[in-house]
Amino acid sequence: MSSQDIPEENLPAEHAGRDEHGHDAVSVPDDKHPFADPGLPPHEHRVQDVDERAAKRSERSVALLFTVSMLATVAFIAAFVAIPVDKSVFIFPLGHISALNFALGMTLGIALFCIGAGAVHWARTLMSDVEVADERHAIAATPEVREKVFADFKQGAKESALGRRKLIRNTMLGALTLVPLSGVVLLRDLGPLPGTKLRHTLWSKGKLLVNMNTNEPLRPSDVAVGSLTFAKPEGLEEHDHEFQNEIAKAALMIVRIQPENIKDKRELEWSHEGIVAYSKICTHVGCPISLYEQQTHHVLCPCHQSTFDLSDGARVIFGPAGHALPQLRIGVNDEGYLEALGDFEEPVGPAFWERG
Amino acid sequence: MKKLSARRRHPLAALVVLLLALACTGGLYAVFAPTSPAKADETAQSLTIEEGKKLYSVGCASCHGTGGQGTSDGPSLVGVGAAAVDFQVGTGRMPAATSQGPQVPAKKNIYSQAEIDQLAAYIASLGAGPSVPTEEQYGPEGADIAEGGELFRTNCAQCHNFTGKGGALTHGKYAPTLEGVSAKHLYEAMQTGPQNMPSFPDTTLSEENKKDIIAYLDAVNSDKTESPGGLELGGLGPVSEGLFGWIFGLGGLIAVAVWVAARTAKAKKS
Amino acid sequence: MSTAQERRKAPAGERVADWADGRLGIYSLAKANMRKIFPDHWSFMLGEICLYSFIIIILTGVYLTLFFHPSMNEVEYHGSYVPLQGQLMSEAFASTLDISFDVRGGLLIRQIHHWAAIIFLAGMFVHMMRVFFTGAFRKPREINWMFGFLLFVLGMFTGFTGYSLPDDLLSGTGVRFTQGAILSVPIVGTYISMFLFGGEFPGTDFVARFYSIHILLLPGIMLGLVVGHLILVFYHKHTQFAGPGRTNKNVVGMPLLPVYMAKAGGFFFLVFGVISALAGIATINPIWVLGPYRPDQVSTGAQPDWYMGFAEGLIRAMPGWEVNFWGHTLVLGVFIPLVLFGVFLGIIALYPFIESWVTGDKREHHILDRPRNAPTRTGVGVAWVTGYIIMLIGGGNDIVATHFHLSINTVTWFVRIGFFLGPVVAFIVTKRICLGLQRRDKEKVLHGRESGIIKRLPHGEFIEVHEPLSQEQMYTLTAHEQYQPAEIGPTVDENGVERKVKGSEKLRAKLSESYYGEGAQIPKPTAEEYREITSGHGHH
Repeated sequence: MSSQDIPEENLPAEHAGRDEHGHDAVSVPDDKHPFADPGLPPHEHRVQDVDERAAKRSERSVALLFTVSMLATVAFIAAFVAIPVDKSVFIFPLGHISALNFALGMTLGIALFCIGAGAVHWARTLMSDVEVADERHAIAATPEVREKVFADFKQGAKESALGRRKLIRNTMLGALTLVPLSGVVLLRDLGPLPGTKLRHTLWSKGKLLVNMNTNEPLRPSDVAVGSLTFAKPEGLEEHDHEFQNEIAKAALMIVRIQPENIKDKRELEWSHEGIVAYSKICTHVGCPISLYEQQTHHVLCPCHQSTFDLSDGARVIFGPAGHALPQLRIGVNDEGYLEALGDFEEPVGPAFWERG
Repeated sequence: MKKLSARRRHPLAALVVLLLALACTGGLYAVFAPTSPAKADETAQSLTIEEGKKLYSVGCASCHGTGGQGTSDGPSLVGVGAAAVDFQVGTGRMPAATSQGPQVPAKKNIYSQAEIDQLAAYIASLGAGPSVPTEEQYGPEGADIAEGGELFRTNCAQCHNFTGKGGALTHGKYAPTLEGVSAKHLYEAMQTGPQNMPSFPDTTLSEENKKDIIAYLDAVNSDKTESPGGLELGGLGPVSEGLFGWIFGLGGLIAVAVWVAARTAKAKKS
Repeated sequence: MSTAQERRKAPAGERVADWADGRLGIYSLAKANMRKIFPDHWSFMLGEICLYSFIIIILTGVYLTLFFHPSMNEVEYHGSYVPLQGQLMSEAFASTLDISFDVRGGLLIRQIHHWAAIIFLAGMFVHMMRVFFTGAFRKPREINWMFGFLLFVLGMFTGFTGYSLPDDLLSGTGVRFTQGAILSVPIVGTYISMFLFGGEFPGTDFVARFYSIHILLLPGIMLGLVVGHLILVFYHKHTQFAGPGRTNKNVVGMPLLPVYMAKAGGFFFLVFGVISALAGIATINPIWVLGPYRPDQVSTGAQPDWYMGFAEGLIRAMPGWEVNFWGHTLVLGVFIPLVLFGVFLGIIALYPFIESWVTGDKREHHILDRPRNAPTRTGVGVAWVTGYIIMLIGGGNDIVATHFHLSINTVTWFVRIGFFLGPVVAFIVTKRICLGLQRRDKEKVLHGRESGIIKRLPHGEFIEVHEPLSQEQMYTLTAHEQYQPAEIGPTVDENGVERKVKGSEKLRAKLSESYYGEGAQIPKPTAEEYREITSGHGHH
């Protein structure tokens, strides 16, 4: 092994190994080289190499595999034509499954697998299995080639006069640096600027809390202690064009806690007779959080397990969320319906740089 | 049960047994004690209540108090209604084996439906609450499966998973699988909110809504549910899919690769 | 005249080949490659699994584009799946339902596409680990290692953009998470989010945008990298394990034509066949039970596909740190995992360069290391995999909790602690196991293999007969190189002037010591030791 590539200072002092390493070429072990490389072992014949009957058997196996593949392809086409797309069958460990999907998958699988198995069996048993050694060649060029390349490059550089005519070089670099900017600028209209979009939701003073399930406005008497209700702002309908964007911010989770069990003063103030309305959107990364445990008043996010205590200002008691769920201040209007007393006072959903 | 057997040899086991025995004795005493205010009328209903009260005293009073007022071991049952009793006892959750553990699991129900009805009647007599739903309320007629699906995803899937396979809650609590739970019990659970599950009273989740949800579950999570693509892999989503892909997909392919690269058997040297 | 006749009679195949050679010069290519040698080992086929599943993904993906509508227009569903009748959903979701229920074979192709993606990423992971643990990343293959690493990372994102396309409730939750993570980026987070989603989340653009990223941009780059990766494999020639006749200067195996043509070509069909059968028997991503995406709905057990699982674990295990200052919020609870995601992957990508710096070895390496013979590298690798697996557990902490009846909080705490402790323990244990195996190899070379035969000597002593190893085995077990720790060079030059020892030099000496110093490897048996023992044979 040549050591010329290793700069002297970095050379791991592995001369001890040098001796063994040098035994590459030694093929007869002797006293000095007890572990010498004996070289490639002689080729041993397979059964198929010496016994024509075995070879014939292999040939038949390969042919059989290819034939099975052909049959499977025919079966695939037959299944495609014959089995209705909505037919369901019961197959024991799999359950009630689509007959077509199962038939197509199995026949295609067999058709492909048998081609592969046939080819590999052919290669393994009938093609020559004599191991051949191929020489490797150094990847790095010889010093002469290296010299030549450098000389050519210098010649080219000189002929271009790039080094001499600085003005050309500098303006060219300037032009090449600037031109990609047009590409960047073009990306501007991918979307609007954030503005205050993340700070506002559809909620505003006087908006009724509409039950997500029944689409009716909620009355305080509808909301029992221990129950869980989801609400949206009045006027937002599923068919609305902006429904997805708006519900992503406005979704509300309503629970009722005995007022004496509410530990947070502001929470109690913002509630109505113990009915509290919190944003359903997790302050961590925005999953709709709503795994409400009615005995502990804990609410858990199913995505990353942030846990909030709804009886204590929805503060975070476990998990990766950084701040409490925003609470919506609610009251009751003249007709006895629950209404919002304004928008959320802080942005809902995940925190962001400008949130403050 | 495992927990119970594990704790059998606990130093405090004897004490617990003693307390249980005392509680049972107390319960028995309560049955025979003449303190209960017997009602004057002799209708079948009051008889049922009377029977229920006896059952209650034996099986429930030790934790929930002799009059259902609740103790430190069990909540008050005043006003929980017949539906709650039918659910809790019908699914075997009550009576609970121990009050330890984060959550009382469902187990084999030890009461007959008649006894459950008696218990329910007694509890209902303590204070008004949801009554046991009728077949008409939870039956499949006229239910909108697709609507039920949307309602399920809004109200239920966050704890019970897309198709009701169950999921984790905090500190070892969990939302159980909904597979194999009868329509009646599903209805009662929604109505009464057992243990940590919030309730979904008719005022916020209408009868019709509940019916739809039950019909949806019947369509996507019962033993006749179709899984067109093949093995359902527990319906747990990417975790089980990933495991399956690694073990059977990549594992199978590596097994094939071993065969492809293996040396062919050599002829025996004679 | 006779030659002219012969030429006219040349078979059609030859004539076509001549025609092509005259224009493409294929003969010189064929001369170099037709009988190219590939060594046989099952672990050398892991890369082929990846290549073939990549091809399968492209084939099935093209088919899927024929039916999929990358649009977020809201439509009412009226297809054949009953439990979603009349529901509002995006066209993307509806068309995926149609592929699954109304296009014959559509479900199969969808499932092949997705299973192949799962296997593609899993295959790349295992392939990468094979290359890592055998030291196949050493010179001259560092660039190819980077190509492979990039393919893995791009594969992750191609997978992510792919499974987000149906716009179902599960993947939508994943996209929401991504958007939340983007928002956590200081200063530019909100801008990136607005630009990516064309406004507020979810908007009506992201499916179409993810679509062009998923089917064009990322696979295009990946295809280029795959081609480059393969060219380099051909150019460098494959590595091989040490063995009789196998040196750093040759490659021993079977020729491309015919054996490897048949084996590799056949393996493509085997891979395709296995994945097709898998898609016929096991469902994947059944979007119809997940339902269409709504930002106010969610299901428990919301996980990404496995290859994003460790990122999910990082985010789940992270405590909720948030810093507010001067009217700004630094969302460390999300941003740190985001950075760690890159750093953790980066560690393994840069490892080859770190190791080559420590060893200072500039030679080419074509003989693979057995993992035991590089204990520190193996330890680092196992530590990394341990961290990765612990984070995978963290990513599925809720499923782990429910299926092993544990508290989700306990599982999370286990992951939090395990992420720091696990790799350290794994490193130490692995290193010790490696050294133990090295010792055993040395024993075997010097004393032979334990035969299990007990012999009683004339004077009554019982001994176990040790069978000497064959020459092949002895060579194989002693063929590896052992480095000596690099020392800091002389601190005074030839003129006696003291030079300053750089910090990096000291660090390297220290690392080198821990890699190859005393106790970090078992010295190979030497010829002297062997002679001493063999000459002393007989008395015991």
